[in-house]
Amino acid sequence: METGPDLQVKTVRVRTETGQNNAMHKLITLAEQPHIREKRFNFQIGDSVDVHTRILDGDKERIQIYSGVVISMRGAGMGEMFTVRRIVASEGVERTFPINSPKIADVVVKRHGVVRRAKLYFLRDRVGKKTRLTERRAKASSSDE
Amino acid sequence: MSVGLLGRKIGMTQVFGAEGQAVPVTVLEVGPCHVLQLRTKEKDGYEAVQLGFADKLSQADTARDASARSRGRASRAERGQVTNLSGKNAKKREASGIASGKKAECEPQRFIREFRTDGQEHGCEVGQVLSAGALEGVKYVDVAATSKGRGFSGVMRRHNFSGQRATHGVKKCHRKPGGIGQATDPSRVWKGKRMAGQFGNVHRTTRNLKVIRIDAENHMLLVNGPVPGPVGGYVVIRKA
Repeated sequence: METGPDLQVKTVRVRTETGQNNAMHKLITLAEQPHIREKRFNFQIGDSVDVHTRILDGDKERIQIYSGVVISMRGAGMGEMFTVRRIVASEGVERTFPINSPKIADVVVKRHGVVRRAKLYFLRDRVGKKTRLTERRAKASSSDE
Repeated sequence: MSVGLLGRKIGMTQVFGAEGQAVPVTVLEVGPCHVLQLRTKEKDGYEAVQLGFADKLSQADTARDASARSRGRASRAERGQVTNLSGKNAKKREASGIASGKKAECEPQRFIREFRTDGQEHGCEVGQVLSAGALEGVKYVDVAATSKGRGFSGVMRRHNFSGQRATHGVKKCHRKPGGIGQATDPSRVWKGKRMAGQFGNVHRTTRNLKVIRIDAENHMLLVNGPVPGPVGGYVVIRKA
């Protein structure tokens, strides 16, 4: 593959989920820029959240709230997604949202859960009271906020 | 716009559309393209606009290390294409009063293509610089490039054949095409039978790609969907 010498110069460093600094072409970041959320939502794995989604109701737009536990976050940049699990009519439901989607109006954290891993897939095998996570109290969380 | 544009494939990403849906896009760097020559009926027998994209390294370029410096550097002929060089012949021509044509006065270009304009009004002049802004108002484009070369590939990869079973007595034929024809009649294989062979590395055009965004300032064009060729490969963009 022939790449001009200017191709190297036009790259910018982008931090990915694995913490590596990856080189990304300037034009790709420019293409994504208008779509990436300026202010990041402040939630973590294990948090109980209300996801405010914009839905079209007839021809009027309104906000629908989907609440549950954040069990996974993956990807970086435009492809960043998070999964929220909840129990609807004793059936587990998981919805995966793109973090930068304009359809998401807000993500409100209801309570922090104490978790020790990045993906809470073990919650899928649990039913009833076992699905609850211990709440991380404000005192404990003040250190990382 | 009767003339196309030249550019480079930068890579793919996604953006969000008006309804909040994710749209896969290819980012293309389009231009600046220098108009290097105008082909005319009288002189060349056909009418065309010759564009150049991406500067070649100039003779003075020392940014590269010494071993690589001679590679990719413009020859005298290539420099003579974009500017009037002084030399023995040039002096002779000057002495006999032959005016040399107008040149683009830019760096020698790496990627040069011509666009036939037979009879059409194109409004290009030698030395003019075209960029992504020339696509303003265009809804759909065709993007042509040399596709990724995959070498000599088997039928499964090249033609999406299914191959054969992994078990049930299949012996060393798991990725083979199987039968390729009939028996005594016709005693030959039909022309055009799909078989293994060179895959990719051919000029391909993806047609009617929707233009998602044009950023003239940054020479950027976003089109919906994939485009042939590797990242960093040169592409030709035409109005669909």
